[in-house]
Amino acid sequence: MPGKLKVKIVAGRHLPVMDRASDLTDAFVEVKFGNTTFKTDVYLKSLNPQWNSEWFKFEVDDEDLQDEPLQITVLDHDTYSANDAIGKVYIDIDPLLYSEAATVISGWFPIYDTIHGIRGEINVIVKVDLFNDLNRFRQSSCGVKFFCTTSIPKCYRAVIIHGFVEELVVNEDPEYQWIDRIRTPRASNEARQRLISLMSGELQRKIGLKVLEMRGNAVVGYLQCFDLEGESGLVVRAIGTACTLDKLSSPAAFLPACNSPSKEMKEIPFNEDPNPNTHSSGPSTPLKNQTYSFSPSKSYSRQSSSSDTDLSLTPKTGMGSGSAGKEGGPFKALLRQQTQSALEQREFPFFTLTAFPPGFLVHVGGVVSARSVKLLDRIHNPDEPETRDAWWAEIRQEIKSHAKALGCHAVVGYSESTSICEEVCILSASGTAAVLNPRFLQDGTLEGCLEQRLEENLPVGCGFCHIPYDELNMPFPAHLTYCYNCRKQKVPDVLFTTIDLPTDATVVGKGCLIQARLCRLKKKAQAEANATAISNLLPFMEYEVHTQLMNKLKLKGMNALFGLRIQITVGENMLMGLASATGVYLAALPTPGGIQIAGKTPNDGSYEQHISHMQKKINDTIAKNKELYEINPPETSEELIGSPIPEPRQHSRLLRSQSESSDEVTELDLSHGKKDAFVLEIDDTDALEDVHSLLTDVPPPPGFYSCNTEIMPGINNWTSEIQMFTSVRVTRLSSLNLTNQALNKNFNDLCENLLKSLYFKLRSMIPCCLCHVNFTVSLPEDELIQVTVTAVAITFDKNQALQTTKTHVEKSLQRASTDNEELLQFPLELCSDSIPSHPFPPAKEHLESASSNSGIPAAQRATSVDYSSFADRCSSWIELIKLKAQTIRRGSIKTTVTVEKASPMGEGNFRNRSAPPCANSTVGVVKMTPLSFIPGAKITKYLGIINMFFIRETTSLREEGGVSGFLHAFIAEVFAMVRAHVAALGGNAVVSYIMKQCVFMENPNKNQAQCLINVSGDAVVFVRESDLEVVSTQHPTANCQPLCAGGEVTT
Amino acid sequence: MTSELDIFVGNTTLIDEDVYRLWLDGYSVSDAVALRVRSGILEQTGATAAVLQSDTMDHYRTFHMLERLLHAPPKLLHQLIFQIPPSRQALLIERYYAFDEAFVREVLGKKLSKGTKKDLDDISTKTGITLKSCRRQFDNFKRVFKVVEEMRGSLVDNIQQHFLLSDRLSRDYAAIVFFANNRFETGKKKLQYLSFGDFAFCAELMIQNWTLGAVGEAPTDPDSQVDDMDVDLDKEFLQDLKELKVLVADKDLLDLHKSLVCTTLRGKLTVFSEMEANFKNLSRGLVNVAAKLTHNKDVRDLFVDLVEKFVEPCRSDHWPLADVRLFLNQYSASVHSLDGFRHQALWDRYMGTLRGCLLRLYHD
Repeated sequence: MPGKLKVKIVAGRHLPVMDRASDLTDAFVEVKFGNTTFKTDVYLKSLNPQWNSEWFKFEVDDEDLQDEPLQITVLDHDTYSANDAIGKVYIDIDPLLYSEAATVISGWFPIYDTIHGIRGEINVIVKVDLFNDLNRFRQSSCGVKFFCTTSIPKCYRAVIIHGFVEELVVNEDPEYQWIDRIRTPRASNEARQRLISLMSGELQRKIGLKVLEMRGNAVVGYLQCFDLEGESGLVVRAIGTACTLDKLSSPAAFLPACNSPSKEMKEIPFNEDPNPNTHSSGPSTPLKNQTYSFSPSKSYSRQSSSSDTDLSLTPKTGMGSGSAGKEGGPFKALLRQQTQSALEQREFPFFTLTAFPPGFLVHVGGVVSARSVKLLDRIHNPDEPETRDAWWAEIRQEIKSHAKALGCHAVVGYSESTSICEEVCILSASGTAAVLNPRFLQDGTLEGCLEQRLEENLPVGCGFCHIPYDELNMPFPAHLTYCYNCRKQKVPDVLFTTIDLPTDATVVGKGCLIQARLCRLKKKAQAEANATAISNLLPFMEYEVHTQLMNKLKLKGMNALFGLRIQITVGENMLMGLASATGVYLAALPTPGGIQIAGKTPNDGSYEQHISHMQKKINDTIAKNKELYEINPPETSEELIGSPIPEPRQHSRLLRSQSESSDEVTELDLSHGKKDAFVLEIDDTDALEDVHSLLTDVPPPPGFYSCNTEIMPGINNWTSEIQMFTSVRVTRLSSLNLTNQALNKNFNDLCENLLKSLYFKLRSMIPCCLCHVNFTVSLPEDELIQVTVTAVAITFDKNQALQTTKTHVEKSLQRASTDNEELLQFPLELCSDSIPSHPFPPAKEHLESASSNSGIPAAQRATSVDYSSFADRCSSWIELIKLKAQTIRRGSIKTTVTVEKASPMGEGNFRNRSAPPCANSTVGVVKMTPLSFIPGAKITKYLGIINMFFIRETTSLREEGGVSGFLHAFIAEVFAMVRAHVAALGGNAVVSYIMKQCVFMENPNKNQAQCLINVSGDAVVFVRESDLEVVSTQHPTANCQPLCAGGEVTT
Repeated sequence: MTSELDIFVGNTTLIDEDVYRLWLDGYSVSDAVALRVRSGILEQTGATAAVLQSDTMDHYRTFHMLERLLHAPPKLLHQLIFQIPPSRQALLIERYYAFDEAFVREVLGKKLSKGTKKDLDDISTKTGITLKSCRRQFDNFKRVFKVVEEMRGSLVDNIQQHFLLSDRLSRDYAAIVFFANNRFETGKKKLQYLSFGDFAFCAELMIQNWTLGAVGEAPTDPDSQVDDMDVDLDKEFLQDLKELKVLVADKDLLDLHKSLVCTTLRGKLTVFSEMEANFKNLSRGLVNVAAKLTHNKDVRDLFVDLVEKFVEPCRSDHWPLADVRLFLNQYSASVHSLDGFRHQALWDRYMGTLRGCLLRLYHD
């Protein structure tokens, strides 16, 4: 009995009128956990009842604590008939189970009914007393932290990144049980909501157990999805990356991502020693291996390679790594071995992360993806989810072998998805093949010298672009050139990845959102015939999506894609493909050639004219785009790169393999790259259509940028104004024009118009950037296309650029240095530990490596690097001071607390939550963002994962404003419930927010509609940087003294 | 290709002030889109008409959902569904409760009942304000009236507290409630020249001086029937006003009053002779208005009487406003020198307010 859950029902407000006669309500509350139920008294005749109940205590196993949600039901008491339910609140108490997260859940929760929506609010306090019982056989995994964020959370450092964890649980869908025929829609919806809540609790617990087995303490990049398989059941599956995280002693030691990348980008020294250990080279056509398998039953499975790659997987598996090890220098081989051994222990060397600690990512191979078409069969035994497990294992195995073919041991930015239509299901997985630094993958038992050499030799800003595969045994044909940054290693002409842009990457100009959109008609068919038809279509779709992406990338004058996500959706009579990515110009890669149009009938004069006209249009567009995105590489790149320092060059020549020749060749290769043009032949209508679709993409209006990655390359002066939004459109295709072309045009228009609408709506935020633009396509019915977009608009300051942050840093620098000499020395020592290791080793390690590094003259490194890490360090010190100051203030003066409470915005995180809820307090602002950070603010605490599932149904669709009114209200309600839960946890923001599912079904004839929404994110507490500054100026040097002393102790 | 469903939901609810105004003014979505197109927004932003249509629909839907909350503004502050910055909330409320001058002049002093609501069609035609907007404004009046009608305490404060309106707007609503409760006639042709501001000014003076709340002594027994202290005129005071009749009924007193006024004002008025000639008529008019206030019917005609008995005669003699002020000051002050008159306090309470009202009402 290792836990006691305590619940108190305080009050309700804005309850609906349940008694028409008196226009009032006699409300009471049922509190249920597991099989135990408590009830409050009936509060007669009030719409704002004050129950002020006793503490209801549940004594439960921690296993149940993890699985079960707390269920609060508000009812209207009726003497003569059955009590009427007003609505329910489900509270996930998981955040109370880790020591560092929330300690109490307290606040106003919207009372939700699946038929009527939100009906008033209820004030609840929840606490958990956990009794630690470490010796028993563990079924629970209390204490494992979960993060949706796909990078190391801001106030933690990664000690070890263990790797992939996955789990799935299956059950029958209550909606399809026989009992559903006799129960009310409300009962059915509630059964479903409750079941999914239970299943996700169980799933999380099981994943937690796996993490504990791996000796980790957290899951980062946790992604949980539901597959509503209809008749055949309900699958809840999750993937994530197990890590061992350490909380940073100072809660905000590092500037948020919005600042740090910008600084690093600006201040990276380009004369840094490039990686001298070349082992191999080879091309990377980014999107590379797909296999389509279709297996109607376990016994029968078929595989086929897609047409855009000449790769047959199995023969080449392992080749990349094996031969590369031989060819590379001895040091590189060592690295390889180590990585390999670290990774080979794992079944799947996959990482769901998209952003990494500096130095983690060594090389990137390209995108790997696999899809398979399956026929769903009824899940007979929910306790044995083997079939689904086997399906996914198959796909993962494929991904793994694709990565190997690219000479990579690992897959990063990994994700999985499904698309279901009737009994056919497409399983998809994709990621980016990569070579990783072993340092983070195992316990820190590596020899120091290796580690150091690694760090020393890592090329900054271009290393990840260098090809990891063997040049002589390229897995596919591609153009290779020497890296434009270091000029030592080979790079491909384009690079596609599913990860975020590494913070140290050198980018020219700004990036932009690039989408490929595609529809293909398919004959209606049943079961196996249908599945076969789909798997036959898939390779062509992948190929066309890829071509479109490539064309659009060239049209933008860019050479790399980040955050690539290809979604293939299956419908009754069509397949849809939507690929989104952020295009950038990587300084390390060659300038992309233009697009050349070639006609096949050169005799026809008018045709020739037409072609040349098109060619001109395309050339103009490329020129315009280059201007728009500020891509002017020839001058910049030359300047930025400079000439490599002679000494390291010699050094590198020594270790270089014979496959690479002298520097003159390098120069030759460089010039060669520019000549390369992409030829588009428009001999058929398809190509013509391609060209047209290329030119119809309208650039965003002036002042707007968009990307689907975390941050926009080339913009770094974000202001604090953010607006997260969800937009949904459903379009009906008229059945007359169902040809591939018409479909494509419709789909293209739908997406373009949606974007245009967004730009128009958000015009007041200009200059602004839409970040993390996430499109989801579904085909709910014949002829219906639903597109859902979630993104965040962030304003940025055009003029103020970096100056403000710099002066801020400078100020703090000065202050720190004048305060205490000792303090200055500490960071200076830190500097010798260069960027790759920062911010991950703890302070102690820092110093160790610093001392062992002392042989290397610090002067060799550019001061700017030191400067930024120094500044980070400094600001963290100052934060500590401020925090201290704040606690002192809070502790000693009571009135201060009330003042803080009175501030209605709730931005101050130090909210006094034990205080009784004030009836007339305004609602605190809760920010929501799909990003992992909040611009202009520091995340000081992670309060736990938010994972919510809601169903809303109506039988009075017209009265609720039609489908738009219904869904608009529902999404607003979902946002409200997320915000309320975060506020109750004591947080003021949700980061890494994602709407994973929005399934909408309507039946206008019956005046009915139903919608299911699943959202998740991380509840956090953040503090505005400006607030921190104010505090710091209020508490000047005097407060610094004790802290400086503390600093000495740690040194 | 038609959009079946098209929505945009922000974590912070987007409010477009221009669209809000169009919505408040009662335009349909298509009219609003047409008006927006005419405003040149398409050229400014490079958007298409379809984008504008979708945007307008979205905003209208949001406003429609917000309307329920706007009916009880404190709910808007406490609700969790729409995250709206406080300044925007204030703007939403203030604009929602704002009204058109033309409309308020039509219904001021009328009973806020179903009967009046039926006349909104005519008002809409007459004023050119859309019927929808008329309904909103009428319903606002009625809603505020219902809430504060029975409430104790200051009318303005009550309105401010329950509807979170600005001070200015709360005062206007206080006037509307006061007029509606006392059913003052404002629609007569004679009164057409008066603006809502004129009436609101008078209402404020009357609330301050002529109601029960004005006496300043809150009833000791909370259960006593004098609940709505600021909304109803002080009945006792109105009864007492009969006592003033002696000022015109007693000929000596009237003559003495006249001579006192004339002596002081001689040479100071440009219209002295007209004043002297008209004094008895004017005084009779003013005192008779007071004496008649015991009857509800005459209370309703207060403004008609004031204009008929005082404003019009003066205006026909072309009194400048400064002269009216001098006269009224002297007229009320001289009464203190009338030894035979015992109701000085009553006279001041009556005349103090009336003087203010008359000065405000005296214009073209």
